Amino acid sequence: MAIKERMSGNEAVSFAIRQVNPDVMPAFPITPSTEIPQMVSTYISNGEIDTEFIPVESEHSSMSAAIGAEAAGARTLTATSSAGLALMWEELLLAASNRLPLVMTLVNRTLSGPININCDHSDGMGARDTGWIQIYAENNQEAYDNFIQAYPIAEDARVHLPVMICQDGFITSHAVENIELLEDKPVKDFVGEYEPEEYLLNPGKPIAVGPYSVSNYAMEAKKNQEEALENSKEVILEVAKKFAEISGREYGLFEEYKTADADYIMLIMGSAAGTAKEAVDHLRSKGKKVGILKLRVFRPFPAEEIAQALKGCKAVAIMDRCESYNGNGGPLGSEVTQGLYRSKVMIEAVNYIYGLAGRDFTVNEVYDIFAELEDIVVNGKKVEQHKYIGLR
Amino acid sequence: MKNGIEIRWHGRGGQGAKTAALLLADVAFKTGQNVQGFPEYGPERMGAPITAYNRISPDKIRVHSNIYTPDYVVVVDETLLDSVDVTAGLKEDGAIIINTSKSREEVMDKLNDYEGRVYTVDARKISVETLGKNFPNSPMLAATVAVSNVMPRETFIKEMKASYKHKFAKKPEVIAGNMKALEMAYDTVAEAIEKDMSLSA
Repeated sequence: MAIKERMSGNEAVSFAIRQVNPDVMPAFPITPSTEIPQMVSTYISNGEIDTEFIPVESEHSSMSAAIGAEAAGARTLTATSSAGLALMWEELLLAASNRLPLVMTLVNRTLSGPININCDHSDGMGARDTGWIQIYAENNQEAYDNFIQAYPIAEDARVHLPVMICQDGFITSHAVENIELLEDKPVKDFVGEYEPEEYLLNPGKPIAVGPYSVSNYAMEAKKNQEEALENSKEVILEVAKKFAEISGREYGLFEEYKTADADYIMLIMGSAAGTAKEAVDHLRSKGKKVGILKLRVFRPFPAEEIAQALKGCKAVAIMDRCESYNGNGGPLGSEVTQGLYRSKVMIEAVNYIYGLAGRDFTVNEVYDIFAELEDIVVNGKKVEQHKYIGLR
Repeated sequence: MKNGIEIRWHGRGGQGAKTAALLLADVAFKTGQNVQGFPEYGPERMGAPITAYNRISPDKIRVHSNIYTPDYVVVVDETLLDSVDVTAGLKEDGAIIINTSKSREEVMDKLNDYEGRVYTVDARKISVETLGKNFPNSPMLAATVAVSNVMPRETFIKEMKASYKHKFAKKPEVIAGNMKALEMAYDTVAEAIEKDMSLSA
């Protein structure tokens, strides 16, 4: 029986954590993710879960402690945002390369400067090549659902990689919305007990974690890690399928909203996808053939699947809530166009940068973007391929 | 959003405008509606202008942007009328509700010729009378429910009582005062609405 509730994104993820009851959670508070360790601490002090909470003095330490706990054989979790994730940089790579299936709930917030607490994806995107799986959410429901799927993905023997469950800071983390929760038992059964094959606190089978590797072996380790990330794609889909059986909610690598016959598609990630869907419904009522491709799984990057999904349209707007400072476009802009080229899908593609540092993204801007795509295709309008929307 | 209403709250940090928006989302949820309640954060400090928002709809709510053409605007701190364009985008068939001891005629010149309905409620006076302190958000919440008509008075009072029982489990002595504040504010505004209706009839 689904439980109809209303809660913020941070509450929803904390509730999922309560249901999963991980073994260890080291964390250091940072806005806008602070509520998560705060709420989990409350669950612990109320005796609702027996997670070992480790208060640490920095995010460098929280990720270090998370790595230690996971290597020891404990199902481990941490939460952070923005500069906190940046401070974990070195350890993020260690967690992935040591193949530790820990989970982080990332509440996306911009990076300095200027110093600002609001949402964009520059924190998550900055960690895009650290070897973590990254899954993004449109709303509180998806943040909750994605978290429940995180450990089954991470701990699968074909994967053994850490997973980042991302949601938009404030926009979903602090917004109270309706949600359907699962009961505790189906969630616990779905996630199951953690039984690592190899772990440090196993005297019967001693192992080393993180030793020096000579050049003769290190490159193979890296290739194995890359293969694990590629494997995770099918595992993510399998887990989603099983999750649909207990929840009735279906997830893929991305969601296609009214794209089947669309001439113009917006590819977007996170909370802004909801705003874009609203705009699409309105434009559809006026006869415009438009649709949304909402990316859910950013790592591993489903380049070919995206190219196939876009091949029938005339133009795509690739939306980045992040500037890469490479003079060439945002992360999604670069990776999607690369995927299109490899699959020989030669459609018009404009990379829009939007919503940096909490700049609001509106239904009207979605109208403007679709109008521009149409102008390019129908009237041959020349448009910069890397441009900003919503800039004053 | 095709169906439903959008509300924008203007207050100052520490006055509880955000809490009021979340409480409204809460009670509207309990009546079976789809809801959104969210704050817009600037520099967080006591006294700084803050904005909070509500969407309430029979349909699933997907938009995640701020509200630019609200049906209702609630001003929790009247000094904001001098510095914030509170009626920006406010629909002409909507209304603005202002916490002030002044009459609507006295505040009209600060509303940029807004032609919709204007209601004033002295939330400070009600709060001081019922709670002994100035917590303007509860009376403003009641006034907002009265004007927007998102639920009947009875339902609102019943749900708020349950909410306060939970919220103030450790200090039940404040529940009665809060309930009184809600009722007084609701009735003051309901009376003004009735008077308007009889004038226009």
